[in-house]
Formats: sequence, structure tokens, C-alpha cells
Amino acid sequence: MIGVNRNLIMFGLMALMLSAVGFGQSWSLALAIVNLCLISAIMALGVNIQWGYAGLFNVGVMGFAALGGVAGVLVSSQPVPGAWAVGGAGILAAGGVALVTIFAVWLVTRVHFPFRGVVIGIVILAGFLAARAVFDPAVEAIEGYQSARYGYLGGLGLPILFSWFVGGALAAGAAWIVGKISLGLRSDYLAIATLGISEIIVAMLKNEDWLARGVKNVTGLPRPVPYEVDLQQAVWFQDLAQSLGTSSVDLSSIVVKLSYAALFAVVLLAVLWLSETALRSPWGRMMRAIRDNEVAAGAMGKDVTKRHLQVFILGSAVIGMAGAMLTTLDGQFTPSSYQPLRFTFVIWVMVIVGGSGNNWGAVLGGFLIWFLWVEAEPIGLWLMDTLTSGMAIENPLRLHLIKSAAHMRLMTMGLVLLLVLRFAPQGLIPEQKR
Amino acid sequence: MEDVTNAIVLILNFLFVPGLTYGCQLALGALGVTLVYGILRYSNFAHGETMSFGAMVCILVVWWLQSLGISIAPLPTVLLALPIGILATVLFCLLTDRLVYRFYRQQKSQPVILLIASIGVMFLMNGLIRFVIGPDDRRVGDGARFIINAREFRQMTGLSEGLAIKTSQGITVIVTVLLVAALFWFLNRTRAGKSMRAYSDNEDLALLSGINPERVVMITWILTGILATIAGTLYGLDKSYKPFTYLQLLLPIFAAAIVGGLGNPLGAIAGGFVIAFSEVSITFAYRKFIAYLVPESWAPDGLLQLLSTDYKFAVSFVILVLVLLIRPTGIFRGQST
Repeated sequence: MIGVNRNLIMFGLMALMLSAVGFGQSWSLALAIVNLCLISAIMALGVNIQWGYAGLFNVGVMGFAALGGVAGVLVSSQPVPGAWAVGGAGILAAGGVALVTIFAVWLVTRVHFPFRGVVIGIVILAGFLAARAVFDPAVEAIEGYQSARYGYLGGLGLPILFSWFVGGALAAGAAWIVGKISLGLRSDYLAIATLGISEIIVAMLKNEDWLARGVKNVTGLPRPVPYEVDLQQAVWFQDLAQSLGTSSVDLSSIVVKLSYAALFAVVLLAVLWLSETALRSPWGRMMRAIRDNEVAAGAMGKDVTKRHLQVFILGSAVIGMAGAMLTTLDGQFTPSSYQPLRFTFVIWVMVIVGGSGNNWGAVLGGFLIWFLWVEAEPIGLWLMDTLTSGMAIENPLRLHLIKSAAHMRLMTMGLVLLLVLRFAPQGLIPEQKR
Repeated sequence: MEDVTNAIVLILNFLFVPGLTYGCQLALGALGVTLVYGILRYSNFAHGETMSFGAMVCILVVWWLQSLGISIAPLPTVLLALPIGILATVLFCLLTDRLVYRFYRQQKSQPVILLIASIGVMFLMNGLIRFVIGPDDRRVGDGARFIINAREFRQMTGLSEGLAIKTSQGITVIVTVLLVAALFWFLNRTRAGKSMRAYSDNEDLALLSGINPERVVMITWILTGILATIAGTLYGLDKSYKPFTYLQLLLPIFAAAIVGGLGNPLGAIAGGFVIAFSEVSITFAYRKFIAYLVPESWAPDGLLQLLSTDYKFAVSFVILVLVLLIRPTGIFRGQST
């Protein structure tokens, strides 16, 4: 029972820190942090499913999150019929050629004959060139269609909440491909392969303008919650604000953020409940057995590679879902914001600090590290200001230190990770021994 | 005939020379990764930042030297700064080993724990570098920009295509050749180098023969520091110094090391050139090259570029995947466990 109490205290402290921001800075800011904490916690759960349950080292979190993010655009933005008319057929045809090529390669790999590798190479090259021949003019036509406003195919025009599932599915598909290639090899290879695929995914999202406008960004995605302006104009809302003694502008921002928080919390709790149930089930026991001794588990008849693939896909789907939620929260999709430090390695710090193998730990880590990541900058600024307060105002060293305080957060992350790994390798909430 | 010569010069200028330079830089980077892997048996994710750290120290020293008015024109001042950069980086490597990695080595932790620790070191160094020098773009080179520039070459030969060789490219190739020769001499001829190879091949046997593991590890970090500083500085000299580019270099560097066979120095060099030349040649636009070789009316309209340069990561990745699928130990049979 002591363990449970300790965990409660730690979550309590976390809540206290967040409310300190609420009282000290503003509640709107505190809720903004909470929303990103919730999303981070879901990403951390996804990584924990892969690392904590199965010991898979995925360094491609950024890519899966970005794939989830683009789902937000593909599902919710309005279709652009003009762009479909000029280039839709070409894109579909190119996709068809690609599928035919893959099928042809699959056919060739079925039979054995000399110089098979050369034939496969020729088939791939021919398919690639044929696809490019129809793809390139179509892309040019689409990107030329009212490029200031559209220049892309648009989405399906469905409610953005659907994108959470689509994002999960897209990430799962990518995970299937990466997993098929690199699982079963050494753990380092999986790390490098996932690092590579995530860079490629982000490069594609940045450059394939016909898909989601690339670095020109898609903004103004529909929201699952009401807009502040609508709330402020509603009479009942103005009355409510008056009775609470705040302005309707402040209250509307808080209400909108609270509605997001509620939506995210539902997903977080659902994922957490599912993960915990899975971990307690025979499946979870099998996963732990595989993680702790692959050879023994294999000898007991468990298909190690297949289980690894399964858990890799599941974890990536959760990450993709969180990525779609992030796009939903931002209301826009900006591919250039996907940086490996922010989207891959910080998530890893969350899992390690929280406690690998423990879902509650991942959630706590998600909250705590995101909070640190946001607050490290003001704290660093304050620290530098205090340290250098003895110096003259124009002292170049002082100016440099204060200007560079923004980079404190990277150092803080590194230091926290190294300290936890060294002195509390189990994390804040250690894995339960079952 | 002149058209064929022009075509060849075009390829040399835009494909061979840049590919060779980039290959040298990747090879030096991959050598560092592969040495750490061979001796300490983990993939060092902080290697990109180690390169960046070395280059940063060199830039700081260059600024200091320039303020004193010292230069070795036409060569870039950064060559003078290299020894100090190397010293600082080696000290930093030894310090991180002492404070971070040694503990896990003594605990006989799994390689993946060391990998995670190296991510922590990466964060720390990344922050430190941005803290000291800021995230902006810095020019590293000074002195003469070209060994041969395109206009001189055209005048000399009377061809319509020019061949330009930048000073940084010449320096990269010469320094790489010298450094690699010295490294292989060290590994193959000296007692310390032989003990390193012995330790890498079979740890237990090496320990039984009385090789001191801590000494081997120390030598490894010294070599890694030297290689990383030179690789990082050469890359900065050739392109320009931006802290975040070194994180992106991790992928091609690891691809080179794995393609060559992790833990195998010769493989790392071969891997570096395989990755570099594939990247350059697949993202090269062949239109002008073809236009020289075929009759005028056949000249192609498109760029004839297989992939746009934005996808150069995809090239390293595809080569990596092919090697993993066909020959998981790499071209030169590295360590597979």
C-alpha cells in the first residue's frame, strides 16, 4: 500500500505544480500546459508499450507522431474539387502503378532463378519511372491550382475526431513496414531504422505539397469544441461570466481549453485502462517473458518476432493517435515543427524518468517532463538573471548568458535523463513485480 | 569529342568532387562510431554532437587567432585551431566516459542502457553547444576559396564546362588520407593499437593476456575525439557550421558504419563512400549530362533527377535497409552480436 500512497503523493505534487502556474501566471497558461501534458502522456504510453513491455527501442517517435498529425488534415479539411479535377486521376494512377510494381516484385520473389536480384532491381526502377511519369504532371497541376489558398487535394471534410483513429491507423501501417524489415535484427538496427523512417516521413510531409501543402502549412482545421468568439457572443455565457466575476473573454479561453482537456483525458484514460488490462492478461505475461528472456520464451513456443511486430504496431498506433490529437489542439498542421529532439528524445526522457514498464510512470513522466520542458526556459532566464545580477547591465557575458538561457531546457533534459538513469534506473514509479 | 569531355568534366565537378568530399567526412564520422561500437559495444548517439563540439571549439579558437591577427593564408586559419579543438574534445570525451559511461561498463549493463545514456549526453552537449555559440549559422573557412575555380579552368582548357575545386574540398581529402593512414598504422603496427583490436575481437581472451581494459577504453576515446573533431570541422569548413545539422548527420553516419559492418574500421570508410556517392548520384540532375552526349534534338525536357535533394536521407535509409535485408553484418562482416 505504501507504493500506492507514494504514487498518489507524486501525482498530487504534479497537480500542485500545475496549479502553482495557475495561481502564479495564469489559468489559461496552466490549462495549455495540461493539454500538452495529456498528449505527451499518451505518446509516452505508446513508447512504454514498445519499450517497457517488449524492450523495443523506437527512435522514430517523431515520424509516427507526424503521420498522425497529417491524418488531421486528410480527414478534416474540406476537399478541393478543382485540384481533384486537374490532378486527382494522375495521383491515383501513380498509386496504382506503385501497387502493380509491388505486386510484380512480390511475384518475382516467389520464384527462384539466376540473377533474380537484377530482375527485381529492373522491375522496381521501371515501376518507379512509370509512376513518376504520371505523378509529376499531376503534382504540378495540383500545386498550381490556386496555390495561395489550396494547391493540395484537401481532405475528406469529416469531423476531426475521426482523424484520431485514422492517425493511429497510418502510424500502425508505417510501423508494420519498419517492423517487418528491422525487427528480428539487433536492437541498435531497429533504433537506426526508426530514426531513418521518421526523417523520411517528415521530409515527405515537408515536400509533398499536393498532400498537405508541405511547409506552407494547413491552417484553420475545424475544431471538435466551440470557438471562443461564439461563446463570447452567447447571452447565457456572458451571464455565466458575470456571475463568476470574470470577463467573458478569459472565461471562454478557459472553457475551450477545458473541453480539449476533457476530450484528451478520455483518450488517455481509455489507453491507460486498455494498457493496464493488457499487461495483467496472459498476453502481458507472455510479453514480459519474451522481454526478460527471448531465448527461453522462444523455446516455450512463443513466436518472438511476431509478438515484437504486434507490440511495435500497437505502440506506434498510440503515438500516431497522440500526433493527430496534437494537430487537433493546434488547429493546424506545420511539418517544420517536427524536430527529433522535441518529438522523439523528449518522449524517451518521459518514459525513462517515469519508470519504464509502468504505465502510470509513463503518464507521470509525460506530465512532469513536459512541465519541465515548458518551464525550464523561464526558470533558466531567472537563474541567469540572478547569477549575473552583480554584473553591469551591458556586460557582454551577462547579455550572452541571458540570451542563451533558452537553451537551458536541452541541458536540463540531458541532466535529468542521466541522473535518473544512474541513480534511479527504475524511474519514479518502478515497474510492479507481479 | 569535346562534348564527351564536357560531359565528363560536368560529372567530375558536380558529382565526383562533392561526393568524394562528403564521403571523406562520412567516413571519418563513421570511423568514430565504429571504434566506439567495437570497443564499448554500443551505438553512440552523441557522436554527431561530439563532432559539433569539436568544430565549435575550433571556431572559437579561430576567432581568437583572428583577433590576434594570426593567419596562414591562403590556407584557412581553422587548421591551426585543430590541435586545440582536438584536445578539448578528447578531454570532454574522457570526462563523459568517467562520469557517465564507466559506471554502466562496470555494471555490465545491456548495450541499450549505454545507448540511452548516450542520448542523455547528446541532449547535454546539444544544449551546451547552443549555450556557448548559439544556434546560428557560422562560416568556418577563411583564406583562398578555390584551388581551381571554374573560370580559370575554362580558360585553361577551352571547354565550356568548368571544374571548380574548393580549398575546403582539397583539404578534406588530403587530411582524410593522412588521418586514415595514421589510424591504420596505429591499429596495425603499434602495441596499443593491437591491444585494441584484440579487445574488440575477443574481450575475455584479451583480458586473459593482460590487456588493461580501462587503457583500451581511454585510447578509444582519444581516437574518437580526434576523428570526431576533424570530421566535424571539415564538414563545417565545407558547408558551414550550424549546430542542428550534426544531429541530422547521425543517420548517414550510422548508415555508413552499419553498411560497412559495425566495429570494422575498413568497412566504415567503404560505407562512408558508398553512402556519399549514392546520395549524390541519385539526387543529381542528369539533364545537362545527357544533353552533351545525345544529338541536340534528343535533349530531354525534365531534370532527369531520380529523387529531389530533400530526400537524400531516403537514400542512406534505402541502402541501409538493403544491406540489413541481404547481409545484416555489413559488407565487411562487422560484429553481429
